[in-house]
Amino acid sequence: MDLSIRALAVWRRNFLVWRKLALPSILGNLADPMIYLFGLGYGLGGLLPQVGGTSYIAFLAAGTVCASTMNAASFEALYSAFSRLHVQKTWEAIMNAPVSLDDVVAGELLWAASKATLSGAAILLVIALLGLTHGMQALWVLPLIFLTGLAFAALGLCVTAVAPSYDFFMYYFTLFVTPMTLLSGVFFPLDQLPAAMQVAAQALPLTHAVGLARPLLLGQVPTDVFGHIAVLTIITVAAFATAVSLARRRLLK
Amino acid sequence: MVPLKVDALRKSYGGHQVVAGISFALQRGECYGLLGPNGAGKTTTLRCCLGLTAPDSGSITLVDEPVPARAREARMRVGVVPQFDNLDPDFSCAENLLVYGRYFGMADTAIRTRIPQLLEFAGLAGKEDTSIRILSGGMKRRLTLARALVNDPDLLILDEPTTGLDPQARHLIWERLKRLIADGKTILLTTHFMDEAERLCGRLAIMDAGRIMVEGAPRELIKSQIEPQVVEVYGEDAPGWAQAEAGAFARRCEVSGETAFCYVDDAAPLLDHLAARPQLATLHRPANLEDVFLKLTGRDLRD
Repeated sequence: MDLSIRALAVWRRNFLVWRKLALPSILGNLADPMIYLFGLGYGLGGLLPQVGGTSYIAFLAAGTVCASTMNAASFEALYSAFSRLHVQKTWEAIMNAPVSLDDVVAGELLWAASKATLSGAAILLVIALLGLTHGMQALWVLPLIFLTGLAFAALGLCVTAVAPSYDFFMYYFTLFVTPMTLLSGVFFPLDQLPAAMQVAAQALPLTHAVGLARPLLLGQVPTDVFGHIAVLTIITVAAFATAVSLARRRLLK
Repeated sequence: MVPLKVDALRKSYGGHQVVAGISFALQRGECYGLLGPNGAGKTTTLRCCLGLTAPDSGSITLVDEPVPARAREARMRVGVVPQFDNLDPDFSCAENLLVYGRYFGMADTAIRTRIPQLLEFAGLAGKEDTSIRILSGGMKRRLTLARALVNDPDLLILDEPTTGLDPQARHLIWERLKRLIADGKTILLTTHFMDEAERLCGRLAIMDAGRIMVEGAPRELIKSQIEPQVVEVYGEDAPGWAQAEAGAFARRCEVSGETAFCYVDDAAPLLDHLAARPQLATLHRPANLEDVFLKLTGRDLRD
């Protein structure tokens, strides 16, 4: 791995672009999860007694933070990174300077995770204003969503590195992201699933993000903290290494 | 300093040799041209030199550093103008230079001090805040050239710098490149425009099928590789005439479509002969680099 501090110059490049459109970008990222949270939380929640020992909207809050962090990281690592890699040839321009391809991929990874963190934090703020959090321990969600952003950014970059066109990303969303959103305890407790699927859900990164975020927001002490963090970290490291090697095969041949 | 030294470089893709053992070296302060038709291996050679692809064999020294082993260190002191524009469309002219300078580890203040003079050099003075999206093709190329100079490189590598530009824009780029050469910059240039190579390059190599066919100063190559005079004969009857009669006057005669190119040492007898055949149009000119290029690489289309 040929990594250096220059990866941060790549991060700063993306940040400078984002800064020009920061406000509409944040508001745009908020709209979709808020509709889910209010629509399902109040609409569906009104029909439900308590879910997991709390109101449905409070239950859904943690899932919404994690799912929208995942979506923000995935969109950035897929569509936006692919524009820079394939359409604008920004990566090639950067690699003519003393920046390695590994630096570029690392810069993209950190950037997508940063942007996802911002997205998740904005929702966390709205949730806190609604009184759906319990005390300062909710702030522990911030490092958690950064790690979640890293994991999904790394997975997304693997797909980007082999994508022939934007259409390719549809498969990733319909075959991976959408099913995962439904099976990771975002909308309902995992124990509602058949036993075999509960086991399978343990392999999904979003399950571990939600597994930590929910108790943190409900004022409970999370269990198996180390296990959740380990899974997200291992996925990040393995997917990043894969993304780098796939990108090398595409660009340095 | 050794700007660039390439020795016995080879690179294949899928069993096809794109670069088939080439060697050349640049001297400090010269403009060296790599000429060749599409697919001759020019761009692959440049990618190897920059450490962006690993050669199968051979050695490369770029600004005193072995490549690919220390390609990153070497690229610190090299500027690159790629074949296709890849400026950042989301940025203004000044932001493009600022962001690119950061890739070299330069401090923002140091880059900002250089921006006015770089834009001035590119003929874009006062366009700091102009968006890339509204620049013409020529302006984009000049900004790309300015971007390649942001780190004040010892060696400038230009991959077909004027492809796709109109004559006005090309002349302006040439004028700027001449200024850089006069300032002592070393330049490696690939092109398939012969006039560009003749104007700018002190020495050049003509490549085809991954090999260097000849190397030398443009004037010397014209003198050594080809007859000094060319008579072009046009018209419906030109191919027939060339087959029947050209041999008596020209050492070599090539027919392409309805034009016969006659290469001669002394044009006078041929011109007298043609004067009596008004149905054939003629153009008499000295031989140039394009004649050398076509003689060595053939007239067949490269796709």
